[in-house]
Amino acid sequence: MNSLILKVATRFMLPLLLLFSIFLLLRGHNQPGGGFSGGLVGASAFVLYSFAFGAPETRQALGVDPRGLIGAGLLVALGSGLLAFFVGQPFMTGVWGQLDVPGLGELHLGTPLVFDAGVYLVVIGVTLSIILPLVEE
Amino acid sequence: MAVGMLTAILSGFVLAILAPGLNRMVRGGAGWLLALLPLGLAISFASHAPLIASGNVFSESNPWVPALGVDLSFRLDGLSMLLSLLITGVGALILVYAGGYLAGHPQLGRLYAFLLMFMGSMLGLVLADNILLLFVFWELTSISSYLLIGFDHERAAARSAALQALLVTAGGGLALMAGLLLLGQAGGSLELSTLLLQADYLHSHPLYLPSLVLILIGAFTKSAQFPFHFWLPSAMEAPTPVSAYLHSATMVKAGIYLLARLSPALGGTDAWFLSVTTVGGVTMLLGAWLALTQSDLKRILAYSTVSALGTLTLLLGLGGTLAVQAAMAFLVGHALYKGALFLVAGTLDHQTGSRDVDRLSGLFRAMPITALAAGIAALSMAGIAPLFGFLSKELSYEAALRAPAAAWITAAAVTANILLAAAAFIVGIRPFVGKAVPTPKPAREAPPSLWLGSVVLASLGAVMGLWPALGTDGLLSAAGTAVLGETVSIHLSLWHGLTLALALSAVTLIGGVIVYVSRGLLRRLASRWESLGQFGPARWYELVLLGLNGLAGGQTRLLQSGYLRYYLMIVLVATVGLAGATLATRGHLVKPTDWSGLHFYDVGLVVLILMATMGTVLARTRLAAIAALGVVGYSVALVFVLFGAPDVAMTQFLIETLTVILFVLVFYHLPETPALSSSLARGRDAVIAATVGVLMTAFVLIATVVQYQPPISEYFAEHGLPDAHGRNLVNVILVDFRGLDTLGEITVLAAAGIGVYALLKLRVGKQRGTASAARRSELAGGVDDASLPIANPMRKEGDVP
Repeated sequence: MNSLILKVATRFMLPLLLLFSIFLLLRGHNQPGGGFSGGLVGASAFVLYSFAFGAPETRQALGVDPRGLIGAGLLVALGSGLLAFFVGQPFMTGVWGQLDVPGLGELHLGTPLVFDAGVYLVVIGVTLSIILPLVEE
Repeated sequence: MAVGMLTAILSGFVLAILAPGLNRMVRGGAGWLLALLPLGLAISFASHAPLIASGNVFSESNPWVPALGVDLSFRLDGLSMLLSLLITGVGALILVYAGGYLAGHPQLGRLYAFLLMFMGSMLGLVLADNILLLFVFWELTSISSYLLIGFDHERAAARSAALQALLVTAGGGLALMAGLLLLGQAGGSLELSTLLLQADYLHSHPLYLPSLVLILIGAFTKSAQFPFHFWLPSAMEAPTPVSAYLHSATMVKAGIYLLARLSPALGGTDAWFLSVTTVGGVTMLLGAWLALTQSDLKRILAYSTVSALGTLTLLLGLGGTLAVQAAMAFLVGHALYKGALFLVAGTLDHQTGSRDVDRLSGLFRAMPITALAAGIAALSMAGIAPLFGFLSKELSYEAALRAPAAAWITAAAVTANILLAAAAFIVGIRPFVGKAVPTPKPAREAPPSLWLGSVVLASLGAVMGLWPALGTDGLLSAAGTAVLGETVSIHLSLWHGLTLALALSAVTLIGGVIVYVSRGLLRRLASRWESLGQFGPARWYELVLLGLNGLAGGQTRLLQSGYLRYYLMIVLVATVGLAGATLATRGHLVKPTDWSGLHFYDVGLVVLILMATMGTVLARTRLAAIAALGVVGYSVALVFVLFGAPDVAMTQFLIETLTVILFVLVFYHLPETPALSSSLARGRDAVIAATVGVLMTAFVLIATVVQYQPPISEYFAEHGLPDAHGRNLVNVILVDFRGLDTLGEITVLAAAGIGVYALLKLRVGKQRGTASAARRSELAGGVDDASLPIANPMRKEGDVP
């Protein structure tokens, strides 16, 4: 596909969509969103990019092999569950801490967010592992 | 213990993970460095030996799965101590040896890792007090053995030998698990220390016989007893350090260990005596005979190991103080001389380029240190005083002479020992004497790493023979006590007076020399019987494998059409049939009566969905159908929005978008004009679709009024914010309340993604596809499975579902 409008628009859309996907991931615990939908938006961003610029450029923009993201995501999710061991809790118990950020107030941070980040990575990895080879064909 | 047993076991696994990195950092010397761990463990164990010898038992326990009664409980008594010392001591020597033997090999780091992983597993096996824990380590040793036999994974022979060993030992492992569980059920405990105290109760329990048979199958497969012995000679495909460690000194002793460990609980009955002594005796004779028919050093040693394992089994089957003493002494003696001889065989191979006894001669001058170690070990194996092998053989003769059916058992033992003495001369003396002949590589003395192991093991055999009181008595007594369940004390001595056993020893020696001299004649004789091997157990194994593949192929052809539409049809019709039948007989239809909450836009949405569905079904082109299907999906998402499930709606929108993209990408590769189904097929599909629709509608209507259990959503709503710090319940359930499910789901998602990726990248019909098919058929043990539909997952490429 060779469309100037698509290409120019995509250049702006990619960062915006990625920001939006991270926004969805971060707000997920309290508002609609979460790792799964965030991951899907992130994957969609790269799919759009691949339509505009082709698969090789998309892989370059992604920087890592999507299969690597699958493994990394699984490790992050598993690791977040293991963190509970360090405070003497059973596997996958949520561990929460508070962080004072000047100007923003108190931030509740916990291992479920890390777990959700793992889900996010797996979803992006799986989606792109399937779609990019199809785009390449 | 100063160092916890759990720590000792885990240290092996931890170092296994670090080993490859360490090997990259310290080029060359990594083996010496890594050997420090097993050496340290050996010293730590040895420092407790006096306490064990004086009758102490150490135990420790950490909860693991308390709800199931499975604890990480370990116990160190005489028997575990004996084996732990062997595992760590020989392990240290093997790591050093492996570094020299495979110096410069690109995957040496991996070999270290596997060896250390095996060491950890084997330690766990002999220290475990919980039978399920024991089983876990048992299987871990099978897996590490598989990895080690298949180390040279680019050779088909190594791969099929690895698979054979795994199938035989892991198949036996399954039987063992069943047997152990039955035993646990009968005895009411999973702790060995408890089970071993209730022999009388267990013997009269109805589950005794089934559990005995299953446990024996496990032990016999692992310790290569007839008819499962064939995997051990095949396992010689492994690098020699592996053969010396796993397939002679330690892992194959796991079955023996299990028999010894359980004999206080299971032994002493007729069933035990008959089955264990018969299998042991047959294995002993068969192994000794087959050893003589070989010309490859490693295979001679492998068969003689089979024979030795048979002897140990026989002795444990006999039971009683004398036989158990003999078994414990022989266990140690065999590990020492056989380990040494295996290392010598590897050294010869490494330094001369050949392991064929017919091509090695007169090497004493070139390799004096190796020759000396080999000579001592061979004489110990032949049972010549004053070496340790003499002591253990003497003891086993005495045990045989006092056994029931003494004449038969003694005759069998003497015959086997004569053959083994000849085998010992062939392996340990023959290559070093006589005229030097040119070898593929000019023979030179090995570097220290390659002779250290055999020298240490061989000299230990000599020292322990000359001074049996040197700590061995106490340790062997403690081990015998553990096996018998009652206190025994063993005093080994070289001179018992002019006994019948001594006379038998002399007969053995003379017979061994005669057989050695006439070995050429024997080999010719054996070659005439070679065709008999076609009917042996190795052939049964092949046939079973062939049959399994045939069965899998047949049922796959029968059930797996490869057409997605048929799979869908089967699933849907089965659902409609089963659920519909239940609904028709037990359910009662609920008619919606309250329509007041209905808005005009709800109706509009329903109409939209219905129209889009019709559009999908009636579309003439694929793209139109996909677009219409997309409309259905988006409209359903709107339903979620209207009814207050923004999370589900958002996900549905995203999935719908990606699905349309996927369909478009896939359809791009399909032929231009789809062959439309016949009107008959369309009619059938319409009927199925309609019934599914009706059924689902009925379900939804019923689900709104039927409530069997109080809904769990209230619990989540109550605890979401205070316990899980989240207001979005859907997300809180996904990442917290049901986090483990999600972890499982993303794992499945990852596996599915990798599977799709593999299918997309697979090029059937081209070079790579055929090569991988050939590889699979080799993995199945040389059985050609190219006819299996599974071998060709994309054969329906181009089909329109």
